Amino acid sequence: MNDTTLNENLTSLQAASVGCRVPYRVFTDPDYYQREQENIFKGETWSFVALEAEVPEPGDFKSTFIGETPVIVTRASDGAIHVVVNRCAHRGALVCREVRGNRPNLECVYHQWAYDLAGNLIGVPFRRGLKGQGGMPGDFDMKQHGLKKLRAASVGGLVFASFSETVEPLHDFLGPIVVEQIERVMCKPIQVLGDQRQFVHGNWKLYAENTRDPYHASLLHLFHNTFGLYRSTQTGKSVMDASKRHSLLYSIAASNDDAADKQAYGDSRTFDAEFKLQDASLLKGRQEFDDGVTLVILAVFPNLVLQQIQNTLAVRQIVTKGADAFELVWTHFGYTDDDAEMQAIRLKQANLIGPAGLISMEDGEAVEIVQNAIVGEHQATSYVAMGGGRTEDADHLVTEGAIIGFWENYEKLVGYGTTS
Amino acid sequence: MELMPPERRQLQQLATELNALHAELIDDDRLEEWPGLFATDCNYTVIARENFDRNLSLAAIFCDSRGMLVDRIVSLRKANIYPVHSYRHILGPSRLISTSGLQVKIQTNYTVLMTRTDGHTTIYNCGKYIDEIDCTGDRPVFISKLVVFDTNLIDTMMVRPI
Repeated sequence: MNDTTLNENLTSLQAASVGCRVPYRVFTDPDYYQREQENIFKGETWSFVALEAEVPEPGDFKSTFIGETPVIVTRASDGAIHVVVNRCAHRGALVCREVRGNRPNLECVYHQWAYDLAGNLIGVPFRRGLKGQGGMPGDFDMKQHGLKKLRAASVGGLVFASFSETVEPLHDFLGPIVVEQIERVMCKPIQVLGDQRQFVHGNWKLYAENTRDPYHASLLHLFHNTFGLYRSTQTGKSVMDASKRHSLLYSIAASNDDAADKQAYGDSRTFDAEFKLQDASLLKGRQEFDDGVTLVILAVFPNLVLQQIQNTLAVRQIVTKGADAFELVWTHFGYTDDDAEMQAIRLKQANLIGPAGLISMEDGEAVEIVQNAIVGEHQATSYVAMGGGRTEDADHLVTEGAIIGFWENYEKLVGYGTTS
Repeated sequence: MELMPPERRQLQQLATELNALHAELIDDDRLEEWPGLFATDCNYTVIARENFDRNLSLAAIFCDSRGMLVDRIVSLRKANIYPVHSYRHILGPSRLISTSGLQVKIQTNYTVLMTRTDGHTTIYNCGKYIDEIDCTGDRPVFISKLVVFDTNLIDTMMVRPI
């Protein structure tokens, strides 16, 4: 055996050892789902809950979820934003039954227990009984029976909340790269354009992978590739925060060379020179960021994606619905100083994203075809190794490093071991 | 009770037939013929009720030309990846809201059932059409079709027209 062969053998051994393998059971087993609720969504993390612009006035509220737990985001009369669990301290009823609205306080319809907008209990009907009968025990302390209050904090108008008293401050949890990217998009006052809701029959972590995956974007999405909105040949990066929890993907359209791309993609289904639009106004936009970046997918652990695709700006919130389903809530926005033409561009380009988006609809299907294929599989694993199979930043878009970063954090918080 | 004048009744009949054909072309997967039901310069908007009720314009699908409708269909056929499925529209009675010459505004409730390859049929989407229809030509065409859907939570994706 000569040296070359030996080296080749060593290399192939090493190659076999790198890469990340994720057991498929974590996507289907309810045991993992329960541990995720405790250790991730109620654990040492911050979850996205709202845009400040969704609750602009005192008394405004929004009901939403952290993981599967219902929460209410409110703006109190002093302007402060509070996040509380949407569950009456009395017998557990939903206190807030509307998606959004404005009210001076929160009142449970069941027995009319009333709370202020910070979640403090302010009223209990018949507390001292009627005609000397009934009533709460004499030592009943209103202060001990408020709604469960979560820690709440904002960065750039994005509101996050945590069940944990010990989690690091939000800025530290996000890290400088994520904070900088949030502030890049949230650089001036925003205006909410509307919401879209999508029910995906797949595990939420498949979407966490999808949004940390620059490899798939030009291979699954023909619109991205054919119209050059995104190609792996473009200038772009896949980078993570220090903890590798979060992922930033960005790319610059027109940084590629069409002729070379033809060779790179060959006869790929998604590189189709024959595909033309009758009405190209769909793709007409404006460059609105000085850095020239045309696509940003900022995946923030555990439940948020902040995106810029051309001139579409949106947050996508993941709401878990059991091991095999999640909801994706898209809140689109523009800036309050958008002129009429810019508003029109954003509304038209919204055709690209969301559940009916000519690009984004396909991610729902990508998640579901995995979920449908791994059902009942307890031993087999995926294999994630594109770009070298390590949790490393890349100054290119042919990598899956950020997916591995997600799983390293998952392993720390939840673990792959079975408890039963 | 005032009876409907014959012209009004005839306009309502034309509008009702146009919506029936709209449903038929989609349900029978004759999607290439679907844009032909619209004027060249048309609007086709599919918007969630939660946005419409708040006077927010963000739509799931927003096309402001027949070309964009054609692009949606070409995209569905050639570009997009989605689960195999078919639709079945169930239309309610159409009410004439107003007429102006031979142009009518009409409102119709609809339900769309979806069937996937596993054979299950589910209620996919329901809502109302608010249509502006031009009956001046040899056949009626939509100038505007506004679809306001109650089903704010879209099941997986929306690739076909509603």
